[in-house]
Amino acid sequence: MELDVSRTIKWIKLANEKIQMNKDYLTTLDQPIGDGDHGINMARGFQAVVTKLDEEDYQEVSDVLKDVAMTIMSKVGGASGPLFATVFLKLTNALKGEQIINQKQFAIGLNEAVSGLKQRGKATEGEKTMVDVWSPIADLFQTNEEVDHSSILQTASNALEKVKDMMATKGRASYFKEKSIGHLDPGAVSSYYIFEALAEVWKGASK
Amino acid sequence: MKKIINDPDQVVQDMVNGYIAAYPEKVRLIPNTLVLARKEAPIKGKVGLVSGGGSGHEPAHAGYVGKGMLDAAVAGEVFTSPTPDQVLEAIKAVDGGEGVFLIIKNYTGDVLNFEMAAEMAEAEGIQVEKVIVNDDVAVEDSSFTTGRRGIAGTVLVHKIAGAKAESGGSLKEIKQVADKVVANVRSMGMALTSCTVPAAGKPSFTLKEDEMEIGIGIHGEPGIERKPITSADEIATELTNRILEDIEISKGNNIAVMINGLGATPEMELYIVNEKVQGILHDNGIHVYRTFVGEYMTSLEMAGISITLLKLDDELKTLLDAGSEAPAFRS
Repeated sequence: MELDVSRTIKWIKLANEKIQMNKDYLTTLDQPIGDGDHGINMARGFQAVVTKLDEEDYQEVSDVLKDVAMTIMSKVGGASGPLFATVFLKLTNALKGEQIINQKQFAIGLNEAVSGLKQRGKATEGEKTMVDVWSPIADLFQTNEEVDHSSILQTASNALEKVKDMMATKGRASYFKEKSIGHLDPGAVSSYYIFEALAEVWKGASK
Repeated sequence: MKKIINDPDQVVQDMVNGYIAAYPEKVRLIPNTLVLARKEAPIKGKVGLVSGGGSGHEPAHAGYVGKGMLDAAVAGEVFTSPTPDQVLEAIKAVDGGEGVFLIIKNYTGDVLNFEMAAEMAEAEGIQVEKVIVNDDVAVEDSSFTTGRRGIAGTVLVHKIAGAKAESGGSLKEIKQVADKVVANVRSMGMALTSCTVPAAGKPSFTLKEDEMEIGIGIHGEPGIERKPITSADEIATELTNRILEDIEISKGNNIAVMINGLGATPEMELYIVNEKVQGILHDNGIHVYRTFVGEYMTSLEMAGISITLLKLDDELKTLLDAGSEAPAFRS
């Protein structure tokens, strides 16, 4: 499987569709732990991303990802803005100069994204944050020769199940400590949609 | 909701435009941003100072832009951190070649957005240092933060770091003095009524007619206790004692006191509180070097106050006394 410009755009557009569709759900998840604007912010930000992608012509995957990162950064806001912008910015930097991204390169990009995310959020695995979705996906790409779409889906949904049972120690949800167990982290759920979208693009591409 | 506004979605833009119109000789708007910068910035050879955060805390932070204090303030939406691209524009606008110093209140969103901007500025070759202010002794973690919140004590960081920068201090020296202020400044607040975020249209929380909340945050985040309202003396005593339990201020120490109104509390009440605070400090043998009474860090139309104490040494005294031409802070 390889990622080119058009598949990358398709990936992001699919992710946007899922976020738009689940805007209210994401906001509901955010209400007890944050200020209840995660869904609204992500939906506004990703809609702006898609508008931007429609306006431009792209030569390289990294150019697409850079516009994704910069638009998220300026349009999402809150704490989610810099976190989601960071993962796409790290992917951009890791994939710069390549016309077609193979699985190995994508794995390197995801690893960079995860370390950037951990650094930005001062978080690590097991703290009930979006790291707990991004990190297992990065591991999947790192440790498998041929990743197929069902393993992406499987890994993402397993990761989300685990997040549910964790106790929050980072971010706003940490205010609620034990009460956070059984609750889903909205940033982790948004991340899940991003990988669900990736899996669908992957499926279409590998045939 | 009863507010003197035109459009809830335009309040920040409208305010910024009005601010520029009020002080055209002091500040300018960086095009296509909500960044207000000192008219003469960037100043060659001087470290640039940038602060900011969500709007709704006026006169913070734009009111502190001026000679002797900040070089730029970034205004986010009401109670929402500005985005990294905005902060980056502020950094670029005030870099006079000696680097830029960021003063950040400790809220998760502010810290993430300002740190990301700092990294981007560094990638463009601008040296950046920062301090994170966490003066609120009320709660350790809250719905907006990990760790303590940054409130009115931030204004004293602006003042002292600003004076250091104005006197030609290096980025490293400014960082040192700002860290010293953060280590020695403590605050705590209380509220009688809620604030109403314009876009939300209804009060963020409700307190009963005879009820007050101790330790409330400047966005209406929960404090530590709701109870029947007491007298000014009792409120002043409770807040001052909580602060004194948190930081060791000994007999003979010099301090600065700030009695801050949260938006809807008359100055009369601030002075009533101040009298009691001064009395308590006097009884403890603590010498009050400077007192500031007024609105410095508000929470829209919340009725309430915060008390800030800053322990001073000779360096901090000198810097606190240095001149400021910022509209909201006169030395």
